[in-house]
Amino acid sequence: MNENILVLEGVNKHFPVNSFRMHGKVVHAMDDVSFSLRRGEVLAIVGESGSGKTTTANVMARIYKQTSGRVTFEGREISKNMSREDELRYHKKVQMIFQDPFGALNPTRTVGRIMERPFVIHKIAGRRKAVEESIDKILIQVGLEPPEQFTRKFPHELSGGQRQRVNIARAFAVEPELILADEPTSMLDVSNRMSIMNMMLYLKESHSVSFIYITHDLSGARYMSDRIIVMYAGMIMEIGPAEKIINNSFHPYTRLLKSAAPSPEMGLKRKRLITGGDIPSLIDPPGGCRFHPRCPFVSDICSLEVPAMKKIDEGHYVRCIL
Amino acid sequence: MIELDRLEMTPLLQCKNLVAGYRIKSGFVHAVDDVSFDLDRGGFLGIAGESGCGKSTLAYAIMRLLKDNATIESGSLLFKGADLAKLDEEQMKKIRWVDISMAFQSAMNALNPVLSVGEQLTDAIHAHEEATQSDARKRALEVLKLVDIPKDRFNSYPHQLSGGMKQRVMIAMALILNPELIIMDEPTTALDVVVQRTIIEKIQELRKTLGFSVIFITHDLSLLVEISDTLAIMYAGKIVEYGASESLFNRPLHPYTKGLMNSFPSLTGMIKRMGGIEGKPPDLLKPPEGCRFHPRCPQAIPICRESCPSLEEIADRHSVACFLHKGAEIL
Amino acid sequence: MLKDTFSLFIENRKALFGLMILVFFSGVAIFAPLIAPYDPKTNKVDVLRIVEEEMGRTTTVEREQIDEFTERRVYTQSIATTYERVTTKLPLNARPSRQHLLGTTKAGQDLFSQMVYGTRITLAVGLVTGLFTTILALTLALLAGYFGGVVDDIISLFTNVFLVIPSLPLMIVIAAYITVRGVIPIVLILGLTSWPWPTRILRSQVVSLRNRDFVRVSRILGERPLYILFREILPNMISLVMASFFTSTMAAIMGEATLEFLGLGNVSIVSWGTILYWAQNSGALLSGAWWWFLPPGICIALIGTSFALMNFAIDEISNPKLRKR
Repeated sequence: MNENILVLEGVNKHFPVNSFRMHGKVVHAMDDVSFSLRRGEVLAIVGESGSGKTTTANVMARIYKQTSGRVTFEGREISKNMSREDELRYHKKVQMIFQDPFGALNPTRTVGRIMERPFVIHKIAGRRKAVEESIDKILIQVGLEPPEQFTRKFPHELSGGQRQRVNIARAFAVEPELILADEPTSMLDVSNRMSIMNMMLYLKESHSVSFIYITHDLSGARYMSDRIIVMYAGMIMEIGPAEKIINNSFHPYTRLLKSAAPSPEMGLKRKRLITGGDIPSLIDPPGGCRFHPRCPFVSDICSLEVPAMKKIDEGHYVRCIL
Repeated sequence: MIELDRLEMTPLLQCKNLVAGYRIKSGFVHAVDDVSFDLDRGGFLGIAGESGCGKSTLAYAIMRLLKDNATIESGSLLFKGADLAKLDEEQMKKIRWVDISMAFQSAMNALNPVLSVGEQLTDAIHAHEEATQSDARKRALEVLKLVDIPKDRFNSYPHQLSGGMKQRVMIAMALILNPELIIMDEPTTALDVVVQRTIIEKIQELRKTLGFSVIFITHDLSLLVEISDTLAIMYAGKIVEYGASESLFNRPLHPYTKGLMNSFPSLTGMIKRMGGIEGKPPDLLKPPEGCRFHPRCPQAIPICRESCPSLEEIADRHSVACFLHKGAEIL
Repeated sequence: MLKDTFSLFIENRKALFGLMILVFFSGVAIFAPLIAPYDPKTNKVDVLRIVEEEMGRTTTVEREQIDEFTERRVYTQSIATTYERVTTKLPLNARPSRQHLLGTTKAGQDLFSQMVYGTRITLAVGLVTGLFTTILALTLALLAGYFGGVVDDIISLFTNVFLVIPSLPLMIVIAAYITVRGVIPIVLILGLTSWPWPTRILRSQVVSLRNRDFVRVSRILGERPLYILFREILPNMISLVMASFFTSTMAAIMGEATLEFLGLGNVSIVSWGTILYWAQNSGALLSGAWWWFLPPGICIALIGTSFALMNFAIDEISNPKLRKR
């Protein structure tokens, strides 16, 4: 089954700026974002703050509706206005895991009650007994054993890693087709991260779920994903198979990310970064290629027009004139 | 200017058997439990550990900035001939910021939001030295130049600066009185990876020109291995492995160190499934009996449950506190 | 969860103290008839008794003035019984004594009984108004905060407009114009002038909760908005709602006392406010009748303190940083 489960075409998301001075301007959170996700694959979206990766996830989760462009899920176009049944059906198939494990759990409810909701809303497993059994099963799958010990607890009684496991359990409970994971390990202790990542990979296999994994950590993306998208200032800069992006990257920004990432093996042999500068404002992004003010290979055309995505290799595209 | 009047082989800072923690209703939490290390002049010591291991308490203890219910119980901190643990507040004030300064975690919280950058820098000068206003201003501008902050930002307020810039202001503040030692507590954790790299490179560059020593505290072990000379791994208030970074990276001895190394997927090299560590750090109020890591240790042996191993030198510049490595002393 | 919050509340010394004061006054209000020795409004005491039973026809009355206050009349009837009615007029403006723990008013009414019965009106008006205001504010806050958009714009507009109008002068103006006098108009006036402040506060919290991740998760899971409002957002607002309630009640008690003191309520009912009104009217301050105006003043202050203490306790519970180790 190699069909595309999710396709984004030319999706833009602009937020109006509320201040008086800047009336009429917008925050270009996403511009011309296009990619497709195959069933069963893990696609990582890598970028720094302000890159638009979280907004992309929010648009896919329908927390925000896209300003323009097409989003197609399982062959059907997802329009801005959907009926209640359609929305419910979409939410059963697309779930999200958030960055802050504690913030995503209602502090006044027990784990058991929190886990009940997905089953009740989507009318999976009718009777109370069946629901309880399903909850226990999924809690065991995420490593919270024995489940009875955890269903009675409140979020503040759990550790960070355990909380995130509850979030993951909740996302998988509805048996979705697609899971959006927004930096799921960045707020966890280092020693917990690996087991959470491994668990997500295992669940992905056992439940046949497609994954979109959002992170700022290139090495985490490499570990988890089949393909990587690199975003900068709201636009996709490079997209391709994980190994190619890491070892054979084309875009200067991707190369910058790679050289900036900590790598114990490189040690003193590291070459100095030639690029300075900061991430640009999304209200007035640089004209043409958004990276051009910081690009060591910049030429005149770069400030004039936005480069189109060029094909380098099978499945490997780059938005650069080089 | 730092005067190296005599080329000493003694370390700049010698921490010996430091015990520090804080008192709560139910008892005393030993956040730092019998910690010892040496820092050479011009050296770069990295302290790695996760949340709750006591590394921040250690940093504050060295600066004697512990809050009211936190104290140094015992041990010594020898710095240029004086024991920092025993100095009173007056004497400590002369050393703080002049000889030892600190760059705090999260510049957002450490910078005063209602004072401009320039004001905060000159305040730091005036608080510790007699200086004229214009003199202080000149020095503030100099140090801002050192950290690559444009002159026109002198009158900016913290909220007008980007995250990376705020962090550089923090470093400027730490540098302004030319200290010999700067303690950095997770200075780059909240920053993007590219900004982090520029800040780290700037710190290295400044070290070469100004010659100060650094204690760098973070949970990002892969970063530490790259940038530090010496590395100390902390767990539950104790140092479990200590020595030259290369040595620890090539040959991690303590199971916790191995587990930590195994938690950072590599960017180069083969992709393989990695482990991580099961469980969570212990409650420092009632730590486990014996070796503090034994409940999570995949290689625990019976003695680990009974006694706590002490740090012992196994090879040149490589010590570990673990019974798996022969000759570890039994307390 | 509620149990935990309750026990935390009880453990807090401030809350306990405040709660005890409230319980004390509530007890006084509930058991008023058992506690008050006299009827609060009367200025005399009638004791009627049967003296003897006898057959006969004529009725004679014998009157005897026993002393300045007491008059004794003896009716002798031919048929049946002889009654004796002893009417004791209460002393006027008397200082506290064993018979009159808080003395008497200028009209001879026992002040202790007045204070005891007055507790009923004062507490009832306060609590009912507080409840009314809080429920109104909460409803508006939930609607405005969660749904946003036009609903929020309209509600916020009204809230802001009413917020700017000074409540005390408004209360006075309304009270002066309405013809119906009584407790219910007071409750309505107080409620309708004090809802903007808590509405604003509660709305802010609704907005902030709405943006929390766990509410987003609920939306993504497909929860209905009403469910989210009542089971996700509201439970996280309990401490703020309680604090609002205490504040509103306190304000209502003060407001009621103020209106009554100014004579804008029904001055023939007995509440702490009316006691103050009559005290003022009869020149108690000038004549030094401290037993008349001090007790109501002190009690109002005490009740206010009790609510303030409970409010502090709620602050401490919901903001762990304020708790003492």
